[in-house]
Amino acid sequence: MTPQSRHQGSLRNIFTPFIMIAFLLLMLCGLSGCGTVQPWERGTLSDYTMRADRDPGTESFREHVYFTREAAAGGRGVGGGGCGCN
Amino acid sequence: MNISLKISRLTLVMFLTATCAIAGWKTGTPLPNLAKFKLDGAVPDLAGKVVLVDFWASWCGPCKTSFPSLEKLQKLYGERGLVVLAVNQDKTDKAMRTFLTDHPATFPIVRDTQNQLIAEADVSSMPASFLVDREGKIRHLHKGFHGEKTLAEYEQEIGVLLQEKNKGKP
Repeated sequence: MTPQSRHQGSLRNIFTPFIMIAFLLLMLCGLSGCGTVQPWERGTLSDYTMRADRDPGTESFREHVYFTREAAAGGRGVGGGGCGCN
Repeated sequence: MNISLKISRLTLVMFLTATCAIAGWKTGTPLPNLAKFKLDGAVPDLAGKVVLVDFWASWCGPCKTSFPSLEKLQKLYGERGLVVLAVNQDKTDKAMRTFLTDHPATFPIVRDTQNQLIAEADVSSMPASFLVDREGKIRHLHKGFHGEKTLAEYEQEIGVLLQEKNKGKP
């Protein structure tokens, strides 16, 4: 074994644990950003105020604007030719 | 010992611990002593009884649908040794009381104030129910409530469990 390759081997020995620790820390950082909402914690999500269609008036207005501007009349089961006149 | 080997072993131990921690209740698991959980309400005597532990909440639609069926089961099989134990998961007692005013029930209901029991059971859906035999072992698991289909399954399973003798007692 040449002195150079011996030097490279010792460097690898020094850095491998650091790389592994860095990898573990990186994994832990990733975990901190994730969260699982358990089935019994879904009360807030199923609240009435979380519904996008809770106000029929707003919903009807939003739908009208959507199918008019997107020229997508009928796309959600509404009749019309996309003229925005219905 | 090489440090990278130590780290690898530590990672493996962490992984195995995490795997064990999410085990939850399965068929054959004994029903734990409910007294050790912070349940609000009186837990009836379950010794030698067939128990249907049902986890529910007032905000859960299928739970609402299941209530008349649970009531029916309690009335039909209560005298033969069935106890329907409904474990509520609402954040507030008021939410549970309001629900029960609209959907009265005669079977025992307790509130899992800190979600300790359901966390141990590690259910994957709401409602979730567990049928426990006379010896205190979990025999059947149910995810959700699918109307008549689930009711028929309950009746069939409860019928079998009620016929079984308690081997622990004469």
